[in-house]
Amino acid sequence: MQQTAARRALRAAAVVTSVTITSALTIGPSLAADPIKIGSVLSATGPASFLGDPEQKTLKLFVEALNKKGGILGRPVELVLYDDGGDANKARTFATRLIEDDKVVAMVGGTTTGTTMAMIPVFEDAKIPFISLAGAIEIVEPVRAFVFKTPHTDKTACQKIFEDMKARGLTKIGMISGTDGFGKSMRAQCMKVIGDYGITALVDESYGPTDADMTPQLNKIKNTADVQAVLNPGFGQGPAIVTRNYAQLGIKLPLYQSHGVASKSFIELAGPAAEGVRLPAPALLIADKLADTDPQKPVVMDYKKSYETATGQPVSTFGGYGFDGIQLLVSAIERAKSVEPQKIRDAIEGTKGHVGATGLYTMTPTDHLGLGTESFHMLEIKGGDWVPQDKK
Amino acid sequence: MAEFLQLVFSGLTIGAVYALVALGFTLVYNASDVINFAQGDFVMIGGMGTVFLMAAGLSLPVAAMIAIVAAVLVGLLLHRLAIEPARGASPVSLIMITIGASIFIKGVAQLVFDKQFHSLPAFSGTAPIAIGGATILPQSFWVIGGMFCVVAGLWLFLEKTLIGKAVLATAANRLAARLVGINVTVVLALAFGLSAAIGAVGGILVTPITLTRYDVGTLFALKGFAAAMVGGMGNPIGAVVGGLLIGLMEAFGAGYLSSTYKDAVAFVAILVVLLVMPQGLFGRRAVERV
Repeated sequence: MQQTAARRALRAAAVVTSVTITSALTIGPSLAADPIKIGSVLSATGPASFLGDPEQKTLKLFVEALNKKGGILGRPVELVLYDDGGDANKARTFATRLIEDDKVVAMVGGTTTGTTMAMIPVFEDAKIPFISLAGAIEIVEPVRAFVFKTPHTDKTACQKIFEDMKARGLTKIGMISGTDGFGKSMRAQCMKVIGDYGITALVDESYGPTDADMTPQLNKIKNTADVQAVLNPGFGQGPAIVTRNYAQLGIKLPLYQSHGVASKSFIELAGPAAEGVRLPAPALLIADKLADTDPQKPVVMDYKKSYETATGQPVSTFGGYGFDGIQLLVSAIERAKSVEPQKIRDAIEGTKGHVGATGLYTMTPTDHLGLGTESFHMLEIKGGDWVPQDKK
Repeated sequence: MAEFLQLVFSGLTIGAVYALVALGFTLVYNASDVINFAQGDFVMIGGMGTVFLMAAGLSLPVAAMIAIVAAVLVGLLLHRLAIEPARGASPVSLIMITIGASIFIKGVAQLVFDKQFHSLPAFSGTAPIAIGGATILPQSFWVIGGMFCVVAGLWLFLEKTLIGKAVLATAANRLAARLVGINVTVVLALAFGLSAAIGAVGGILVTPITLTRYDVGTLFALKGFAAAMVGGMGNPIGAVVGGLLIGLMEAFGAGYLSSTYKDAVAFVAILVVLLVMPQGLFGRRAVERV
């Protein structure tokens, strides 16, 4: 008896917590119907908060708007949000809680690759669809029945860059990669696909994530005969220093940076040296510069406007991943006309030509990401701003 | 030859900053036997402080002066609040205190400043200067020249002023210094303040080249420590030579061997020095007086 009482108290506590988190979202006109519960574990605080925070804001905004419009299938949506603080152990605990206590029908979340990988077994075992917002390709390769993801992978970025190089007739390149997680992973992915484009890397240099001077490495590349272009997979300040050193050494070859530095702060840090640098970037970054015929333009502009008016902060690509995740899920539930997890899964896998903020999604049983290289736009930095290079 | 020159320029520029950090280590070590691992964070305070003061609308020289003064204040506070209360503790305990202080400074810097990378405009243009087929940034001259000015200034201060002599006397023998009426506590505070100023100057000079962030101090502290060890802990000339050596070795290591092991160079150098000549290149052989 006592035990049941204790358990009841615990459950009540759990309910109270989730209610306090979600109360703002469930207050809607259609409270009468039983809500559809969608779970989300994000790293809204902690070291990955720059990713998780915009994701959380986006999900909240979207669900709020959705409920104002009457929800899905005539039922309101309840978003059950947990913050793992970037801790994979916590993420796993929350994932179990989402399934066992909250009984969610699907999950959109997993800010980092670490937290996502920790949660995958939980959702796979419970057969609940899980749309991850994390970057690494390991999440969807090999394909797992219930796991999907929305962000581009480094591989797509590599392919986009190599496509552009090939189009410009640059086939012999030098690589200089950061030894941080991002740089390492992207370098490995690039090396895997580089052969498909008939491009060879003549030199392959690296630098530490905190290095302050890359002239020795760049000098080596400069003195390697026949190099036609240089690619720098990296994240943080490294690429900015590489770009500065590149200009200092007077290297005139085309320099390619990765999507890891696709932000205004890169242009600020690299200064005038950034002129002429090319990099692949998602549509959100250049929302107002997209051609009017671009299918993504209305989606991207809409999202940008609603996010920026609601939060007063500039939109980020990371929030876009969350936006696409929840949209893919909602559209899948609508098409499935059911909240059966198995049916939702099948509907997500059947996604065709879904226009998202990140790109156009077409899922297949062998591709649970569904983005092609067209989801990246090749940009060149000119006059301190991005100039799209797609229209040729 | 051009490649060799390029590596020399690269090594000397970074080495000059290591030298300044090592100089800070040396000053504090001489006055107190403490190795102050918060030394690298003064570099950060100099750089970040200047960035944020300039963002607030001040001109570069004014912002730099205020940032140096701020670093000195932090140095004095570090001495007054962390080192002085633990007076009499063993040097190992004091070193641990400085590591704690370093973590604390980084934490506060995250709040006071932010967690982004920042840069300063170069003092005199960014057009690289070509010398013998290699190129060097005008800012590198500022860094190397600034380092030599600081060394010269420090030498004048120590040799030509009474307070400087007091610092030297304290370094030579604390008990004797106290006996002849030198206020050792004041001298110690002075050493902390001075080393903070030197670190901050280094930070301001190098930020246009290397960028800065709240946590850049750690790396500078480690490399500066390596430089001080190689040169011989406690010897100012050793600190300068050690700093430049570490910078050059890193550049040559990355340029001629493999960039993968660039960061290892400094630590291999410490190991070799400790094994082969524990007193460093210029250090006095430690003698236990009974």
